[in-house]
Amino acid sequence: MMSSVLSHSPILVVLLPLLAGPLCMLFGNRTIAYFVSILASLCSFLLSVYLLSLVSDGTVLSYHLGGWAPPLGIEYRVDAANALVLVIVSVISILTLPYARKSIEGEIAEKHHTLFYACFMMCFTGLMGVTITGDAFNVFVFLEVSSLSTYVLVALGAEKDRRALSAAYDYLILGTIGATFFVIGLGLIYMATGTLNMVDLAERITSLENNRTVRSGFAFIVVGMGVKVAIFPLHRWLPGAYTYAPSAISAFLAATATKVAIYVVMRFIFLVFSTKFGFEKDTLTFIFFPLAIVAMFAASFTAVYQVNLKRLLAFSSVAQIGYMLLGISLFTVTGLSAAMVHLFNHALTKGALFFAIGAIIYRIGSPMLPNMAGLGRKMPWTSAAIVIGGLSLIGVPGTVGFVSKWVLLKAALEQNYWLVSLAIVLSSLISIVYVWKIIEQLYLQPAKSDDAITEAPLSLLIPTWILILGSVWFGVNAEFTVQVSTTAAESLFHGKFLEPATIMGLEGRP
Amino acid sequence: MTPENLLITAMVLPLLACIACVLLPKQDNLRDGLTLVAAIALFVTVLAILDAYNAGQVVELNLWSFQPGIELAFSIEPLGLVFALVASSLWILTHIYGVGYMRGNKEIKHARFFACFAFAIFATMGIAFSANLLTLFLFYEFLTVSTYPLVAHKETPEAKAGARVYLGILMSTSIVFLLTAIIWTFVLTGQMDFTAGGILAGKIDDGMLAILLALFAFGIGKAALMPFHRWLPAAMVAPTPVSALLHAVAVVKAGVFSMLKIGVYIFGIDNLAATGASTWLMWLAAFSILAASIIAMQQDNLKRRLAYSTVSQLSYITLGVALASSMGAIGGGMHIVTHAFGKITLFMCAGAIYVATHKTEISQMRGLGRAMPFTFIAFGIGALSIIGLPPLGGSWSKWLLMVGAADANQQIMIGVLMLSSMLNVAYLLPIFARGFFLAQQDDDGAGWRERLSEAPLLCVLPPCITALSCLVLFFYAGEIQAFLAPIVSGGS
Repeated sequence: MMSSVLSHSPILVVLLPLLAGPLCMLFGNRTIAYFVSILASLCSFLLSVYLLSLVSDGTVLSYHLGGWAPPLGIEYRVDAANALVLVIVSVISILTLPYARKSIEGEIAEKHHTLFYACFMMCFTGLMGVTITGDAFNVFVFLEVSSLSTYVLVALGAEKDRRALSAAYDYLILGTIGATFFVIGLGLIYMATGTLNMVDLAERITSLENNRTVRSGFAFIVVGMGVKVAIFPLHRWLPGAYTYAPSAISAFLAATATKVAIYVVMRFIFLVFSTKFGFEKDTLTFIFFPLAIVAMFAASFTAVYQVNLKRLLAFSSVAQIGYMLLGISLFTVTGLSAAMVHLFNHALTKGALFFAIGAIIYRIGSPMLPNMAGLGRKMPWTSAAIVIGGLSLIGVPGTVGFVSKWVLLKAALEQNYWLVSLAIVLSSLISIVYVWKIIEQLYLQPAKSDDAITEAPLSLLIPTWILILGSVWFGVNAEFTVQVSTTAAESLFHGKFLEPATIMGLEGRP
Repeated sequence: MTPENLLITAMVLPLLACIACVLLPKQDNLRDGLTLVAAIALFVTVLAILDAYNAGQVVELNLWSFQPGIELAFSIEPLGLVFALVASSLWILTHIYGVGYMRGNKEIKHARFFACFAFAIFATMGIAFSANLLTLFLFYEFLTVSTYPLVAHKETPEAKAGARVYLGILMSTSIVFLLTAIIWTFVLTGQMDFTAGGILAGKIDDGMLAILLALFAFGIGKAALMPFHRWLPAAMVAPTPVSALLHAVAVVKAGVFSMLKIGVYIFGIDNLAATGASTWLMWLAAFSILAASIIAMQQDNLKRRLAYSTVSQLSYITLGVALASSMGAIGGGMHIVTHAFGKITLFMCAGAIYVATHKTEISQMRGLGRAMPFTFIAFGIGALSIIGLPPLGGSWSKWLLMVGAADANQQIMIGVLMLSSMLNVAYLLPIFARGFFLAQQDDDGAGWRERLSEAPLLCVLPPCITALSCLVLFFYAGEIQAFLAPIVSGGS
C-alpha cells in the first residue's frame, strides 16, 4: 500500500496542494484552512525529500500521468536538479505557513485569511508543477497557476499599504506579457517540431539549428521567462511586488518564485534546446553574461540608496539573480553547479532576511530603516538574525553566501576569466555597504524612544532562525549542497535528464 | 588529554567565555572573573599543547569537510604555536587591564565588550592553528567581524566613522584579493594545506607567482602593508585595551602571521628565493617601514603615533618573508613575539595615562613621568625594546632580520632597518624624555610624593609585567629561534 502510494509521489507533490487550495475556500474557516495547508505542504515536502533521495545518485525518474505514455500523455520527470528545487520550495512553504499565520494578523483583514491560504496553496502548486513537469506546455499552465495566485497575494498587502494594488497591477501586466511571450515561444517550437514533451522536443530540435522558427521560439521563451526571473532590465515588477506584499509572501516569493523561474530557464537552455546550438551559446555569452554583470552592480548600487528595508532586499535579490545568471552563462558544469548552489543558498538567506524584517515590521509597523534605530537591544534575536543573514549576503566565510561565492569564483577562475572574478568580488563589496547600513542602524543608533517594543513572537522567530541556522550549517558543511548541485549540473549539462528514465507508477497504457 | 582534545579545548575556552559574557550582562564581577579563569585556562592549555608538540606528537584535527577535498582542519606547527602562546598569555594581562580600564573609565556596555573580545581571541586561536588556507580565511573573517563592535564601542560619530574605515578596508581587501588568491591557489594546485616547503613550486610561471604574491600580500589587509594601512590608525578610536591586545597583538599579528605562514608553507622560502617573485614586496615593505615611521613622527596623538609605529613594525615581518631567506623568516617569526610584548606595553601605558589624566596628546604630557613613574618607566622599556636595544627582546628579532638581509645579499635592507631604528628613537624616546625631564604644565612646587597620581593598580600592573617580559625575552631568544627553526627546514 505504502509503496504504491509512494510510487505516485511525483504527481502527489503537486496534487496535494492543488486539492488543498479549494478545500481551504470550502471550509471557510481560517484555522482549518491553515491546518489543511500545513498538512498539504508537509506531505509535499516529505515526498520531495523521498524523490531527492531516489535521484541523488544520478538516476532520472519518469512518471506518466494516468499511465498515458509520452509524448501523447503528460510526463513528469525528476532528476537531481529539480528534486533539489522541489525540496527548497516545499521547505520554504512549511516555514512560511506558521510564520504567515501570525504575521498576516496585522496585514490582512480577517475575512480574507482563508483566501490567503487558498492562494498560497495555489501558488505553491504552481511552483511545484513548473519544477517537476516534463511537458513544455504544462510548464506554462503551472506558471500561470502560480502567477495568478501571486498577483492576488501581493494585492492582499493593500490592507496595510494601498500601493500594494499598483504593485500587484504592475506585476500582473508584466507577468502576463512574460507568460504570453513564453506561450508564443512554445507555439513556435511546437510548429517546428510537432511535440511538446521536453524529451521529444530535445530529440527533434537537434537538426533544426538553422530553422528560423526555432530560433524565434527560443528568443520568445528566454524573454518570457526572463521577466519571471527578473533578469536585469526585466526586473521592474520585482521591487514593488516584494515591498508591498505581506511579509510572509515577500519571503516566500524571494526564496522560491524567481528560483523556480531560473530553473526553468536552465532547463530550456540546457535540455530542450541543445547546448551545441551556436545561437544559444551566443545568447549566453553576449546577452546573459553582460546583463548578469550589470545586474550585480546596478542593482546593488540601487540597494544602497534604499531606505525601505524590504525594497533594499528586493534590489539585492535582483543582484543575486545576476550571480546565478553569471554561473549559467559561464557555460560549464562548474558554472552551472555554482548557479545551482547559489539558488539553494540564496533561498535560505533571503528567506531568512525577509522573515526577520517581517518580524520587525510586525513589532514597529514600518519597513523604513530610520524607524529601526537601536532595535538591536530591544529585539536581540531578530537583529542577530539580520546580522547573520547580512553576513551571508556579503559572503563571509561560515555562511552559505561564502560557499556560493567560493564555487562561483572557482568556476570563473577555472576558465581564466580574470575580469569576471574581479567583478564578482567587487560587486560583493557593495553588499557590505548596504548590509552595514542596516547593522549600524540596529546597533549603533540610539533608540528613538523607550516605548515598549519587545522581541518578536516565537512563531515568527522560529522559522527565521531555522533558515538562519540552515544558512550557517550549510555554510560550514557544504559537502551536501555542493555534491547535489554538481550532480544536478551534470544532469543538466550532459543531458542526463533526457536519457531513458526509470518509470514510476502506472505504465503500459497505449 | 589527547592533543586533539587540547586543541579543541583551546578553541572552546574563549567561546565559552564569550557565551558567559553574553549570559551575564549585569553580574560584572562574576563575568569578569569567569573570563579571567577562561584566559588562564587557555594559556595553560596552549602550554600543554606545546608540551605535546615538544614530545614529538603530531597533532592534526579534521573537523568536517567543507567541500569534498577541503577540510576544516587544524594542526600544530611551531609558528602557530608561538603565535597562540603570545596571544593567550597576553589575553590574561589585557583582560585584567581591560577590567581596570573599563571600570576606571566608566565605559558603557561591558558585557558586549568582553563578549566580542573573547570571540576575537577564539578567532585568533583558529588562525594560529589553521591547517589550510580555507580555515585560515574563515577565522580571519571572524576576527574582522568580531572586532568591529569593539572599534565602534564608544558609539560616537568618530567611533562609527573609524569602525567603518576599519571594516571597509579589512573586509574589502580580504574579499577582493585574499579570497581570489586562495581560490587561484586551489585551482592551480588542487590543494590548500600548509605544507613545509610550499606547494606552489613549479605550478606557475615566475611573473604570475609575483602577482599571486601581491594578491596575498594586499589581501591580508591586517598586515597593514601600505597603501592598505589606513584602517589601523582609524581603529585607534577604540578603547585602549582593544588597541592594546587587538591592534598590537591579535589582529595585526594575525595579519603578519598569515603572511608568514603563507610565505613559508604555501610559496616556500626556497621557491621565493629561486624565482625572485618577492623582490618587489621587499621594496614595498622597506618603503612601508620608513614612510610609516616618518608619519609617526608627525603625530601628536599618542595612540595614533603608536598606530603608525605598528604599521612600520609590521612591515619588518613582511620584509622577513620577502627577503626569502630562512633567517629572515625566523626573524619575522621572532619579531611577532618581541614586538607584541613591546607594543602592548606602550599601548597599555597610553591607556593608563588616559585613565589617570584623560590626556591623549603627547604635547600635554610634559612632566607627567614624575606623576606616573611606573607607567613611564614601563613605557621607556617598551620603547627601547621596539627600537631594538639590548638587553631587550626587540634587539634579537632585528638582529635576525639583518642577518636574513645579509644572507639574501640585500645590504640596502640592512641600511633600511638601521635607519628605521633611528626613526624609532626619534619618535618614541621624546615621549619618555618629555615625561621626566620637562617641567610639568601646572607646576605647583609640590613634592614628588604628593604629585604621584598613577592610574588604578589594574591598569599599571599589566604594562609593568609586559615590560619585564621584554627583558626576559632577551635571554630566551635563542630558544625561540631554535623552536622556530623547523619551519624553514624544507620539504620534510
